[in-house]
Amino acid sequence: MLEQLLFGKLTLDAIPYQNPIIMGAGGFMVLCALAVIGALFYFKRWTWLWKEWLTSVDHKKIGIMYIILATIMLLRGFSDAIMMRTQQAIAVGSNMGYLPPEHYDQVFTAHGVIMIFFMATALVFGLVNIIVPLQIGARDVAYPYLNSLSFWLTVSGAALVMVCLVVGDFAATGWLAYPPLSELAYSPGEGVDYYLWALTLSGVGTLIGGINIFVTIIKMRCPGMTLMKMPLFTWSVLCSMILVIVSFPILNITLGMLFLDRFFGMHFFTAGFGGNAMMYVNLIWSWGHPEVYILVLPAFGIYSEIVATFCKKTLFGYTAMVWATIAIAFLSFTVWLHHFFTMGAGANVNSAFGIATMIISVPTGVKIFNWLATMYQGRITFTTPMMWTIAFLVTFSIGGMTGVLMSVPGVDFQVHNSVFLIAHFHNTIIGGVVFGLFAGYSYWFPKMFGFTLNERIGKYAFWCWVSGFYIAFMPLYALGLMGMTRRLNHYSEASGFHPYLVVAMIGAFIIFCGIALQIIQLIVSIKQRKQNRDLTGDPWDARTLEWSIPSPPPFYNFAIDPVVDSRDPFWVEKQKQHESGYVAEKPHYTDIHMPRNTSMGFIIGLLGFVFGFAMVWNMVIPAAVSGIAMLFFILMRMCDFNTDYYVKAAEVEKIEAELSTGVKQ
Amino acid sequence: MVKLRNIFFSTVALALPLLLSGCNAVVLNPKGVVAVDEKHLLITALLLMLTIVLPVIILTAVISRRYRASNKEAKYSPDWSHSYVLEAIWWGVPIIIISILATITWISTHHLDPHRPLVSDKKPLVIQVVALQWRWLFIYPEQNIATMNYVEFPTNVPVTFLITADAPMNSFQIPQLGGQIYAMAGMQTQLHLMANEPGIYEGRSVNFSGDGFTGMAFTATATPSEDEFNQWVTTVKSSGTPLTFDAYKQLAKPSEDVSVQNYSSAQNALFDNIIMKFMMPNTPLQDSPANLAPASSN
Repeated sequence: MLEQLLFGKLTLDAIPYQNPIIMGAGGFMVLCALAVIGALFYFKRWTWLWKEWLTSVDHKKIGIMYIILATIMLLRGFSDAIMMRTQQAIAVGSNMGYLPPEHYDQVFTAHGVIMIFFMATALVFGLVNIIVPLQIGARDVAYPYLNSLSFWLTVSGAALVMVCLVVGDFAATGWLAYPPLSELAYSPGEGVDYYLWALTLSGVGTLIGGINIFVTIIKMRCPGMTLMKMPLFTWSVLCSMILVIVSFPILNITLGMLFLDRFFGMHFFTAGFGGNAMMYVNLIWSWGHPEVYILVLPAFGIYSEIVATFCKKTLFGYTAMVWATIAIAFLSFTVWLHHFFTMGAGANVNSAFGIATMIISVPTGVKIFNWLATMYQGRITFTTPMMWTIAFLVTFSIGGMTGVLMSVPGVDFQVHNSVFLIAHFHNTIIGGVVFGLFAGYSYWFPKMFGFTLNERIGKYAFWCWVSGFYIAFMPLYALGLMGMTRRLNHYSEASGFHPYLVVAMIGAFIIFCGIALQIIQLIVSIKQRKQNRDLTGDPWDARTLEWSIPSPPPFYNFAIDPVVDSRDPFWVEKQKQHESGYVAEKPHYTDIHMPRNTSMGFIIGLLGFVFGFAMVWNMVIPAAVSGIAMLFFILMRMCDFNTDYYVKAAEVEKIEAELSTGVKQ
Repeated sequence: MVKLRNIFFSTVALALPLLLSGCNAVVLNPKGVVAVDEKHLLITALLLMLTIVLPVIILTAVISRRYRASNKEAKYSPDWSHSYVLEAIWWGVPIIIISILATITWISTHHLDPHRPLVSDKKPLVIQVVALQWRWLFIYPEQNIATMNYVEFPTNVPVTFLITADAPMNSFQIPQLGGQIYAMAGMQTQLHLMANEPGIYEGRSVNFSGDGFTGMAFTATATPSEDEFNQWVTTVKSSGTPLTFDAYKQLAKPSEDVSVQNYSSAQNALFDNIIMKFMMPNTPLQDSPANLAPASSN
């Protein structure tokens, strides 16, 4: 009885000892963890880790931790991708490949979940966290503790997805877990529960993060920065965070209803007893479609910053860009049904949603033309960020085109659920979101760490990624037209799919080279950091506020609150400095109000993980204990009023003096 | 660097013919009225979109090359950031193109609505389709036969597929004859198709439905004439076993056996019972559709 209450359904059988692939991956993860722990002991860095990172509420550090999380999850998600591509490249005719359906189905589910929730979303939040406060001249986000909590909740969700690799199974339902397949009747195992709890925890984290960044942008802009003077990245993040705030509650509630179905035998989405799976499909896509724009809008913002910087030119059509972003954000809520034209809605409904979808291509097209107009009569330097941007312009246009094709219901009836669809959304997500995030990563890397990345290796990685992308996904367009369905485990020789899938696999391996080169780039850049040091704080001769302070910025960001009266404040300031007779004002420092570090975010995140794990395996006692403990710590933090402090003006002056002598050296 | 770039462009050049050789693409090689229309729609929409996308790609290449920083001869206007004329053009032209496409969409979506019966002077053949875990059951209510993983119908006769599922969500599609529609438990969806040419066409479930999903394919044969179809019906009637409620209960269990089966007769109202099983889970099986009306149970 006690054993039942403590361990629930969990037994040692949940660990698949007999499966070499899973045990190998698990062993590798354990080895990596041991190596990190060993290194921490060896270099005596535990206190440093705890004080400087785990309990930090500094938005820059939280952002860097988001990026580390995203990197780890990218490697995991990409391993899944390589496994799928290899399976499909060999499983032809009588050869069934090396992944049986029950394993293969988990692999493609995990790939989608990880790439969207824990790679793309985490990377977006990482860059947003680091850059937005710097761009608007703020010292931190509006709610620093909640920022830490959002991050650690996201980590707890990611940790559940990692744990289920070894302990039990993951969902084998596809990344959106459509019922009735995800209901107890068809998926009795723990896989869907892992899915539900991982996404619930990280979904709550993302929602809190969205509210936080939204309030930060609304309330904490420096004097003079009116809405129409905000940098375009901040604008696009503002729109994206509005989408987070409106759409993530839908996700959490929908998953909550599925949980009620599975756990308490309710019938929201079951096949029988009045349940309606179509309601789930509608709800999940009312979150899922905005989610695509949550990811791509910040990427659009990144491109806008990069194009202006590397063309040495004011961004073309700022006002149109802002309104196009707002229009896209609004329209993204009006098109969810285009993900299921084939579910049997009438012609009026289908055509209305189809037309709403193609309308989105108008503001998106305007943005592309504005970027081109910014490049026109500019002085383009081909740095890595700029190259990602040019690759984006071409790739995203193709992806947008196939998207409009599928927004025509008559066409969609033929290509929906085929690998044409897979090619389309990878074309927009890789070509739009991932290229943008990589561009932002290489653009802002010197701001985060104080030295630039190795450009040469960066360009090798770029060419591998771009060529790998085209080689991996263009065959899928052809395969889609040849009638190849997505999520196939094997196929017949007569289908003619085989050569295309081999080419696609080669493409995936070229992308793998790109990822390897990015890791090498990071290592080499760290080794060469002395010669690549960014001493000016402005390595690219850029335009916005984040470049006006040292790299990396001091923990309080701005020693003196900036005052802004133009869209490119730092650029204008630099122009003034070139004029004769310019005298820099002597800085007058005042006390700076800063938040104290707190361990609560980390502790609540950790308890969230324990709670999620306990709920997956129906462990009554651990679930109750961790759930109550979570509530206790949340209340404890609410009663804590000693959450801030002042950095004295003298201290600020000292730090600034050190930073400027550092620059002189 | 230059080397890698060359490799990139030459692979693109090599990959293009491979892509274009996809002439065995079933979607581009339609054999049914619906699929023919859908193919034309695909090509029209593609050409319309290319009028915008091709110039964008060319402009990107030309501008990046011409305004590279090393080309000091190119004009440099660092503060030029606004033009009413240009912005009017690139709001206006896409709006015009999307308006054309929207009109086409409205008309074609109504024309290709899966609920809409096809125009023909022949009486449509009704086939009831049940997606099982993981195979396809076809019931011919008028002929009183049933088949598993195989469906046959005459060419140039409209076929009305009434579709449901006793399984997770699936999607029913015969790509060379037309688009798909979901098969869902407790519900009935419809699809009207008509083959223009006799032939053997692949059909399958295209919405993931669990471990046996990959094998969930079937063969569709369009016979040259109605006589041949009637002959086939006679053969099925004489060859198979009857499909009773009990036999169906066996079929409804998960199985990855995708062999073809024939049933000499089908239990009356079987299809309605399969739907009602989910609508009214505790209703006993009824051999007449009339008894299945929701009012008859409490």
